[in-house]
Amino acid sequence: MTLAKILLTFGATALLFVTGCAKQAETDSDVIKIGQFASLTGGIASFGQSSDAGTTLAIEEINAAGGVLGKQIELITEDDRSTAGEPANVVRKLIHRDKVSAVLGQVASSMSIEAAPICQEAGIPMITPASTNPEVTEKGDFIFRICFIDPFQGKVMAKFAKENLGASKSAILTDVKQDYSVGLTKYFKETFEEIGGEVVAEQSFSSGDTDFKAQLTTIKAADPEVIFVPAYYTEAALIALQARELGIELPLCGGDGWDSPKLFEIAGKAVDGCYFSNHYSQEDPSEAVQDFIAKYKAKHNAVPDAMAALGYDSAYVLVDAIKRAGSTEPEALRDAIATTSGYKGVTGTITLDENRNASKPAVVLKIAGGKASYVATVAP
Amino acid sequence: MRWISEHSRTTLLIGLALAGLLQLISGNLDVYYLNIGLMAAIHVALAVSLNLVNGYTGQFSLGHAGFMAVGAYTAASLTTILPEALPAIAGLKGFSLQLWFVFSTLVGGGAAALCGFLVGMPSLRLRGDYLAIVTLGFGEIIRVFIQSSDTLGGARGLSGLPPLTSPFTCVSLAVISIYICGNLVKSTYGLGYLATRDDEIAAESVGVNTTRCKVNAFVVGAFIAGMAGSLYGHLLQYINPSQFGFLKSIEIVVLVILGGMGSTLGVSIAAVVMTFGLEQMRNLNEWRMVIYALLIIVFMIVRPQGVMGTLGVERSRTKSKRKAA
Amino acid sequence: MDTFLQQLFNGLFLGAIYALIALGYTMVYGILRFINFAHGEVYMVGAYVAYFAASMLLPLFGAGWLAFLLLLIIAMLACALLGVGIEWTVYRPLRHRPRLTVLITAIGVSLFLQYGGQSWLGAAPRAFPTLLPKSTVSLGPVQATNLQIVVLVTTLVLMLALRFFVMKTKLGKAMRAVSHNVQAASLMGINNDRVISVTFAVGSALAAAAGVLYAINYPTINPLMGLMPGLKAFVAAVLGGIGNIPGAAVGGLVLGIVETFAGGSPLLSPYRDAIAFGLLVLLLLFKPGGLLGKATVEKV
Repeated sequence: MTLAKILLTFGATALLFVTGCAKQAETDSDVIKIGQFASLTGGIASFGQSSDAGTTLAIEEINAAGGVLGKQIELITEDDRSTAGEPANVVRKLIHRDKVSAVLGQVASSMSIEAAPICQEAGIPMITPASTNPEVTEKGDFIFRICFIDPFQGKVMAKFAKENLGASKSAILTDVKQDYSVGLTKYFKETFEEIGGEVVAEQSFSSGDTDFKAQLTTIKAADPEVIFVPAYYTEAALIALQARELGIELPLCGGDGWDSPKLFEIAGKAVDGCYFSNHYSQEDPSEAVQDFIAKYKAKHNAVPDAMAALGYDSAYVLVDAIKRAGSTEPEALRDAIATTSGYKGVTGTITLDENRNASKPAVVLKIAGGKASYVATVAP
Repeated sequence: MRWISEHSRTTLLIGLALAGLLQLISGNLDVYYLNIGLMAAIHVALAVSLNLVNGYTGQFSLGHAGFMAVGAYTAASLTTILPEALPAIAGLKGFSLQLWFVFSTLVGGGAAALCGFLVGMPSLRLRGDYLAIVTLGFGEIIRVFIQSSDTLGGARGLSGLPPLTSPFTCVSLAVISIYICGNLVKSTYGLGYLATRDDEIAAESVGVNTTRCKVNAFVVGAFIAGMAGSLYGHLLQYINPSQFGFLKSIEIVVLVILGGMGSTLGVSIAAVVMTFGLEQMRNLNEWRMVIYALLIIVFMIVRPQGVMGTLGVERSRTKSKRKAA
Repeated sequence: MDTFLQQLFNGLFLGAIYALIALGYTMVYGILRFINFAHGEVYMVGAYVAYFAASMLLPLFGAGWLAFLLLLIIAMLACALLGVGIEWTVYRPLRHRPRLTVLITAIGVSLFLQYGGQSWLGAAPRAFPTLLPKSTVSLGPVQATNLQIVVLVTTLVLMLALRFFVMKTKLGKAMRAVSHNVQAASLMGINNDRVISVTFAVGSALAAAAGVLYAINYPTINPLMGLMPGLKAFVAAVLGGIGNIPGAAVGGLVLGIVETFAGGSPLLSPYRDAIAFGLLVLLLLFKPGGLLGKATVEKV
């Protein structure tokens, strides 16, 4: 037997196999399938697990209340292992194998940017709960988000640092491995310099690093009045701890990546007097928020962070649109999502603009005694 | 295993014909499975090219993903970044666009080969595990540099790559890689690779320029990896430095190990089976990767020569026995 | 100048942790001539053992020196067992196989512990409890914490103990003999298997100590925490001359200091990870034996 023969046999079997799984006709069923991709394992798993918990809670509630359009919703969740290259794969699976009507997902912007063109190409609406990078929704008219975007968040913190904290000199410590952090740094710097501030030191690190003393020592020497740390919570906590160890008593500021109970657990008192911008405040007395927190606590025995709240809202926004569209036909669903207006969610009132982004206010929280309390709301 | 004739021209032609056939019917196939198939073909090219270095020449490279990155980013600069500056290229359509893509992919391969040469020249004096660490370090250095380059998108990655990777290009690359590597090791020249692997000192003493053999294998391997990187990028339409990290390199090494070092057919089969297999194991969730790791360990203990490899490891086994005696 | 001294101290401290991990790499390499890729994961397990033991012990003893020492010892013992266990089940059957086979297996073990850790313990980072109350100390212009001093002192004590063990005890002598020549050592009546087990036990215990010391200073642990420090410590071991125990210490300190100064300069700070590897490549090209190692020529 020559390799040629082997190849022929191989080819023939492969052909049989692929034609076997060739496109199947759409079948009507009594469930509506919604796909979700999230990082349930890997480096950013904690965000993925949170948003998944929120989404699952919402879908369970909706199903318990009788579903939508008289059908139950089946949520199909796929894990992308926090690994680049995987989202494309799992989203293709959701769309072409599982035949989902819409895709919910990702917290991390880089993962959403990877999945978005695939949803766009297949013409399946995708709603990202928490990807704040502007590029995500630029991928096409099927891609939506229900959170604010980085330019806004960077601007909010720059203004807050300058106007509320009265700082004119700031330092920035960027996580160069995360586009989220690089983006926030850019917009913070732009705004801060525009309104008359000066960035006296710019230092960087890679997520996963644990020693930041080198960068902090340099920052200390530059003598800023506030330090902007657009990092995820683990690094932010360690940075705060080490800053205090070096005798830096300045307030640190961050973005929504700080929002996790772990921040307080790890950093303890070190983050007291620091500020971060977020999608919602757990202290918000409104019924929607407190109701959500109670339900989430009952199910997961933990206080929901912003990712959980956004995951929860994303599912509701989608279901609301399905209801209004009266079907899960992709174009109708797309148009219904696009016209979402004044939807009252846990993370505020959601109205999608012509760029398919939600224009929502951000809240700034101040940390004291292991708790983040509400300081200000900044409207777009 | 004489019946394996990776180097026969008939094989090449049949392979290319299959690639063409797949291209013709691809419109009727399930997109999800088709994409896994294309990914499998890219993995075949990667595994076969790494096998040239690790299997046939007996070196140990842990930086294959680095070459992929060089190829992917170079090609993407030509297809994605350059058209922004040159409207002439942005206007390309249809067949000429495909040609431009093939050209970009070749340039990507060339850039990777150049890197392979630059890394190989000095570091191939090192042996075994030292080489492994240097290539690992090299892969990390490339990743860090891409990550810090704003033109290449930095940490945010480069998105909006045109979807130019077609079933035909993927399968052709796999088939051509098999053909080139198969031919290379069968040639008089390629025998030097095997001699280098089996006993470097003895090879030197009969006049084989082992350094040249090693660098050569490295450069050819890098060239193919670079092209595979280009196809990979244009298939996903998005590249990010973290896609080409240390773990990707290990993934390719594992394919070579499971298939059998020094068996082109073996590693090709391993690449296809593993790509589909890992996809099928999705419902195991987090345990999937635990099983993957266990598989490596068990394989190494029970059958270190892989599924199809016999030649290489048997030999070095007797060698180490001889040394021990 | 103040900044310079502060950076030097930061580097010294980072280097001490690298050095502790590097010792395990170097000891195993010295004897078995293979890179134990799973070493970084042993360090991770050490930190987790201390974490779980702390949740049981802290209510009994409260935070303080007693708790710290007990946890350090528990983690070291547990990881010594783990190291020996890995050697027994995985590396021993491969003893006479080509080095690359063993290297790949080591990568497999490393992946197994990482992914296994993620599955069993969850991927989310955990906050490590406070074992010793923290206070800041000013040493002239240098700001330090009492914990950092504890780390430096513990590292020094462990290194001296290791030095004593290797140079002055019978087992240590056997270890050196095996690393010189396995066959000759076994002809002299040395039980090679036992020596190898002891080497794994000691190396893993040191990694566990590094894990605990790391965790009290950077109070967060996760299943992937061993990956980068493991690679860096390996670089440190090669820098110092792999197989050479004082070399590992020197390599660790050099790497820690170089990284800190690179990390502190605005120009180089994005390239911090590349610098460690760049240093390694340069060193291997010009002085393949490492800073303190001897260059060896392979004989026929």
